[in-house]
Amino acid sequence: MSAGETIWVDNPPFPANAKQAVNDAQLRRNIRNATSTIRQRRATMVEELPDWQQLRTAGAAIKDEVLAHLDRYLEQFEQAATQRGAHVHWARDADEANCIVSSLVAATGEREVIKVKSMATQEIGLVEALAKRGINAYETDLAELIVQLGHDRPSHIVVPAIHKNRREIREIFLREMGDAPADLSDDPHALAEAARRHLRRKFLQAKVAISGANFAIAETGSLLVAESEGNGRMCLTLPDTLISVVGIEKLLPTFRDLEVFLQLLPRSSTGERMNPYNSVWTGVTPGDGPQQVHIVLLDNGRTNVLRDQIGRQALRCIRCAACLNVCPVYERTGGHAYGATYPGPIGAVLTPQLVGVEHAATLPFASSLCGYCYEVCPVKIDIPTVLVKLRHDVVKAKQPSAEGALFAAAGAVMRGRRRWTRALRLAPLMRLFRHGGPPPISRWTAVRDLPEPPRQSFRDWWVSRSVTKRGDQQ
Amino acid sequence: MRVALFTTCLVDALFPDAGQATVQVLEHLGQPVEFPLEQTCCGQMHANSGYFEVALVRRYVEVFSSYDAVVVPSGSCAASIHHQHPMIARAAGEHWLAKRAEAIATKTFELSQFLVDVMGTDDVGAYFPHRVTYHPTCHSIRMLGVRDRPLRLLRKVRGIDLVELPRWDQCCGFGGTFSIKNPDVSAAMLADKMEAVIMTGAEVLCAGDRSCLMHIGGGLDRIRAGIRTLHLAEILASTEPGYGTNQLPTDTAETTR
Repeated sequence: MSAGETIWVDNPPFPANAKQAVNDAQLRRNIRNATSTIRQRRATMVEELPDWQQLRTAGAAIKDEVLAHLDRYLEQFEQAATQRGAHVHWARDADEANCIVSSLVAATGEREVIKVKSMATQEIGLVEALAKRGINAYETDLAELIVQLGHDRPSHIVVPAIHKNRREIREIFLREMGDAPADLSDDPHALAEAARRHLRRKFLQAKVAISGANFAIAETGSLLVAESEGNGRMCLTLPDTLISVVGIEKLLPTFRDLEVFLQLLPRSSTGERMNPYNSVWTGVTPGDGPQQVHIVLLDNGRTNVLRDQIGRQALRCIRCAACLNVCPVYERTGGHAYGATYPGPIGAVLTPQLVGVEHAATLPFASSLCGYCYEVCPVKIDIPTVLVKLRHDVVKAKQPSAEGALFAAAGAVMRGRRRWTRALRLAPLMRLFRHGGPPPISRWTAVRDLPEPPRQSFRDWWVSRSVTKRGDQQ
Repeated sequence: MRVALFTTCLVDALFPDAGQATVQVLEHLGQPVEFPLEQTCCGQMHANSGYFEVALVRRYVEVFSSYDAVVVPSGSCAASIHHQHPMIARAAGEHWLAKRAEAIATKTFELSQFLVDVMGTDDVGAYFPHRVTYHPTCHSIRMLGVRDRPLRLLRKVRGIDLVELPRWDQCCGFGGTFSIKNPDVSAAMLADKMEAVIMTGAEVLCAGDRSCLMHIGGGLDRIRAGIRTLHLAEILASTEPGYGTNQLPTDTAETTR
């Protein structure tokens, strides 16, 4: 399976997906409620830290240091992890990573694995790849479980089932779980209890677990998973074999750097002071936890992103999803409209860079450039600037188009004072289309009037005023 | 101090009242202002659509480099001049132009910034006895950082009934060509913004960007909401009958260039 198959974007393009999504009343309500709750929680948590801006600056600087010397930190990490008994594998792309993980699972003789929630494994389509090899992978994160049972796709980086409300979740559990109580209510505690009982059996049976990692420490060779439920911790401690797929940009130089990131991440992602569970492991600890520990370091397009001086800041991302929760576009379309693993503003800058702008040409335009994402980003990714840069890349890669001709013509008019002055005198023609016009004007006039054009332009007023004034003075 | 007005192409073409009001406010404060006729557009619409018009960056730099300050009645265009001009110049490999663009950006002020920071006042002596709500445009607060300067100016207006806009931090959904390329999302955002504006009971919606006002105002007009949109400058230029005068002072600058 290649990246092109697993990352499915621009088919249909974002605006078409969005058109459907904005008319889905249930989806709109679910996402509006959920994002406004998380948004408020985050704001409260961030306000109580007087040094939040300094933390953001530190987070960005640490990540930039890693990205500037990625080769060195990766080797340091490999050496430290290997010394402590982990096996480190290198995967150039999704295919290689899936092959490595499938072979490792196959070597254990197991047919079932349990999974910690992980964006990297979503990105490479690992669950589907394992299924092709006859291996069942069970998601254990509650929201991922809902998505998996519902034969659905995640729509949010931190809260993958954000598009479902509890009534819908109850229906999925009753229909798909197999061991859900017949009298299951839609009370959140009852739903969580049903999931807990369902998952407990998996935890106790599984011999192999697969995870991602939030952070990888170059200095010590340690990995860290931050989560809220404790299901991740079960996966990380109970089985004999643990396989972790880790994007190469997840590195931090030293253990001490966690001081910054364990403040930034929970406050930004779930609006908590601390993640309820932070699990850190370093290779193998004899007699305690998994005795076979594998780490798959995943590139899958990341080194290409590094090449772009403006775009590379997207690799600072720690997957907190704060940008999704404040994004006015995401709030109205949900995550599926983006058609890729990473939705929302960060997805709009990450996906086109990972798969190539020609394969995701509408994503950089899926933003009004309001800048809210940049304001909340804990590692200061200037998403609007990267979006504009990627739009430029899309335009450069595009065949000549009517739109291109229109912009070229407008540019030519604006490059000359006389042409511009004359063009302004055509403004009254706009009156013809004030309440409806041909495409593309119709896209505006569908829900808005055009303004009543003025009798004269500003510059014509200025010139006539100067003439009058000169007359007055004489 | 030689001060130039960069009206922006939108105000020049479609909303001259906002430009005239800007001139009035400045002259009322005793600050002459010039309007170099060679100016056209900052190139933001092009840039945000992916077309980098380095010629428009060069034009801005050349037209305004001889002034001590440039006043722009738009947070969005001022932000573009600050943040996008150097990037566009660099993308074209014109590093010298990028340096000059950065230098001119430091002298380029959005109207409320110029009034509060350069002129040192938040009371321009305006009188506007109407119920007004203010929409802080995204680029003015997030890219440019005008903070509460426009509100400070509005609070000092005599007779004004200024009401807070609910969910004021939300984008109106304009986004330049975003409104054309993603019309459905844009319309959904516009609907929520209009609802917030209507809920205030205001008769006037005010902002520092005519572009966002064209968008929200276009929606309000379509549903016959009976709410006017006015640029910040237009409210600041309103004076009490007999207090000020709409006649222009005679000691103002001449047309230049």
